[in-house]
Amino acid sequence: MGEKNKLPKRVLALGATSGIAEATLRLFAESGANLFLVGRNAAKLEAVRADLMARGAASADVYTVDLNDTAQHPALLEQAVQTLGAIDLALLAHGVLGDQEAAQADYAVAEVVLYTNFLSAVSLITWLANYFEKNHAGVLAVISSVAGDRGRKSNYVYGASKGALSIFLDGVRNRIDRSGVQVLTIKPGFVATPMTSHLPKGPLFAQPAQVAKGIVRAIERRSDVVYLPPFWELIMLIICSIPERIFKKLNL
Amino acid sequence: MASTKQLPLFESWGRYPRLQAAELAPIHWSTDFPRQSVAPAQLPVGLGRSYGDVCLLENGVLLETSGLDRFLAFDPSTGILRCEAGVSLAQILDFAVPRGFFLPVTPGTKFVTVGGAIANDIHGKNHHVAGSFGCHVRQLELVRSDGSSIICSPERNADWFRATVGGCGLTGLITWAEIQMRPIVSPRIDYEGIQFHGIDELIELFKSNSGIEYTVAWIDCVSTGANFARGIYMLGDHSDVPAPLVAGGKAKLNFPVDLPAVFLNRHTMRAFNEVYFHKQFGKRVKSLVHYEPFFYPLDAVLHWNRMYGKDGLLQFQCALPWEGGKEGMIELLRAITRSGLASFLAVLKAFGDIPSPGMLSFPMPGLMLALDFPIREGVSFKLLDNLASITREHGGRLYSAKDARMTAEQFQAFYPQWQEFSRYVDPGFDSAFWQRVTGRRPIDG
Ligand SMILES: Cc1cc2nc3c(=O)[nH]c(=O)nc-3n(C[C@H](O)[C@H](O)[C@H](O)COP(=O)(O)OP(=O)(O)OC[C@H]3O[C@@H](n4cnc5c(N)ncnc54)[C@H](O)[C@@H]3O)c2cc1C
Ligand SMILES: NC(=O)c1ccc[n+]([C@@H]2O[C@H](COP(=O)([O-])OP(=O)(O)OC[C@H]3O[C@@H](n4cnc5c(N)ncnc54)[C@H](OP(=O)(O)O)[C@@H]3O)[C@@H](O)[C@H]2O)c1
Repeated sequence: MGEKNKLPKRVLALGATSGIAEATLRLFAESGANLFLVGRNAAKLEAVRADLMARGAASADVYTVDLNDTAQHPALLEQAVQTLGAIDLALLAHGVLGDQEAAQADYAVAEVVLYTNFLSAVSLITWLANYFEKNHAGVLAVISSVAGDRGRKSNYVYGASKGALSIFLDGVRNRIDRSGVQVLTIKPGFVATPMTSHLPKGPLFAQPAQVAKGIVRAIERRSDVVYLPPFWELIMLIICSIPERIFKKLNL
Repeated sequence: MASTKQLPLFESWGRYPRLQAAELAPIHWSTDFPRQSVAPAQLPVGLGRSYGDVCLLENGVLLETSGLDRFLAFDPSTGILRCEAGVSLAQILDFAVPRGFFLPVTPGTKFVTVGGAIANDIHGKNHHVAGSFGCHVRQLELVRSDGSSIICSPERNADWFRATVGGCGLTGLITWAEIQMRPIVSPRIDYEGIQFHGIDELIELFKSNSGIEYTVAWIDCVSTGANFARGIYMLGDHSDVPAPLVAGGKAKLNFPVDLPAVFLNRHTMRAFNEVYFHKQFGKRVKSLVHYEPFFYPLDAVLHWNRMYGKDGLLQFQCALPWEGGKEGMIELLRAITRSGLASFLAVLKAFGDIPSPGMLSFPMPGLMLALDFPIREGVSFKLLDNLASITREHGGRLYSAKDARMTAEQFQAFYPQWQEFSRYVDPGFDSAFWQRVTGRRPIDG
């Protein structure tokens, strides 16, 4: 199994109502963690809070904000630190899939996807990276996507937002890993959550609970980048190795 | 990647009838309902563990509720659990057993949702001491398609409670419910198995063991002559010897393919029944077993229904009142044995007299029989129709959760309260079952 880190106790979840985040937070709740849950929908946040408390969280506080409002980020993050005492783990999970056809027709649609998945994350990560670096400790776990590994015609706007996010995280890791901070890039494949509920479910779909276990394992192992389920690493290796002159002709 | 948008077929456990819905709408949050755009009729569904058509609606919208899987509150000092309606009984066990609590009532599979358990007002092996599932529901929220919410309980909005418990999903969407759990000190069951020959011996066993919490009989519907109606009577109580509270495991196997229908025939069934009867050496056997194999022996194989082949299966389940019930039961068993169609899953139980809270609840004091049949062109339907007639002659009724065949006329005779019930049906809701038993959908064959 290798050396295992202790599970972080004070957890900040950004986009706590995401299907993947919720499943992951259940595992932290069962270990008795203190949780600070951020989302934009108060009713959903309350349902998540109640569930996590019932499952054994030591505490769970909620904060309702639209994360695209980056001006609010410092206040919200300071509130999280104050409520939790300190942050041991920050999980960034908010994101939107967007509608590729609409986004390729209209920049305004693409901008929302890029703003939510990339820029709002950059704002949060910038603050958090400095916070963790100063503490010489902490885990910064961010959900990117396999879609960010290569652009495809069926979802390149989303893919670009996640690709940019992954590259940004590589840089942050290169800067603060040496200060004792784990920067974890999470790259899920297809996961059955509200984000994909309109898609027909094939055999490649994973359940959020399965992905959540993988996230916790990657935190325990102090991984840098994790593909979930792990077979996606191989799939993406193959996809990324196809020469562009062939790739551009494929229907992906 | 996902360009071909072919809608998967939502199947009931019997995989009959096969009806294509217009849309499968996943409900992840209680705020996802009512939906913005709703043209056709809609119906909530859980895990599709009903056998017939209560969880089907052709050309309608099926509201898939398994995403409503949150626990909302649990009080370990009282054992009261409040959870969303899509939480499965398996998830409740994983949560509650380590905390020293068990389900107040459980069916023969743990892969059913709380919403499904309420909507069919399900029963378990402890019906004679605990009543049906609805007896342990303290309150629930019902959301109607017009967006209104009704909190109901045996005291508050009691008429809505009585309509919704056993209401086959027709009164609205149940979003959450509060359930009274029962304490345990061990995950084990003190089990005893007793061989019996004939209905008289069996009824005697039921009567003399009414203090035991779980009782049920497996009955051989294949053998004739001296072995007619032989079987094994099974009893169990939660062990009172404290033991580590570990929940049961996950399903280990998945039935991968549809088996050709020829696999289940008179000879294989006879062999199976012979082995099952003698699996138990000697007249009485006692042991201490984990609750998992005691309650859910079939859950070890996911999708075992595929064993019946693509044509699917039907279940026959009836209750007969004590008055004339024994004679009725013998008549049913004779008809089944004669048909040669019986499978190995025949179960007989005595229901107790705790009243069920629902207007359309199935249990009634007396005897209950349940067994599966493969669907065979020409013969299965005839047999089922015959069994329904025998049931009716003896003042009994069929269980809607397991049925795909009773006529509107039969249903209305079995459940005379149906007209009172129909006043509570949500105008935006419908089901294939409801269309059938109100005479709006014809029955095959
Ligand atoms: C192996 C096996 C053993 C079984 N043993 C027993 C047994 O011992 N005793 C027994 O009583 N039953 C038994 N059953 C039947 C099963 O318990 C019931 O059919 C149960 O209702 C299935 O629940 P589900 O979640 O799969 O719901 P579904 O089958 O999907 O739906 C059942 C009904 O519930 C309604 N419904 C579901 N969710 C909601 C909601 N949120 N709000 C409103 N309505 C809703 C649906 O509209 C439908 O009418 C057994 C079934 C199997 C496969
Ligand atoms: N599902 C997949 O197949 C898949 C695959 C790879 C990567 N991912 C990534 O995994 C992460 C989690 O997604 P998921 O699958 O769990 O989907 P999800 O359940 O739809 O979660 C997305 C969450 O982001 C929230 N959100 C979106 N914009 C927001 C904003 N401006 N402010 C605050 N919250 C906002 C949503 O809130 P509301 O509920 O209020 O809308 C929702 O809770 C996302 O980053 C996604 O891109 C998912």
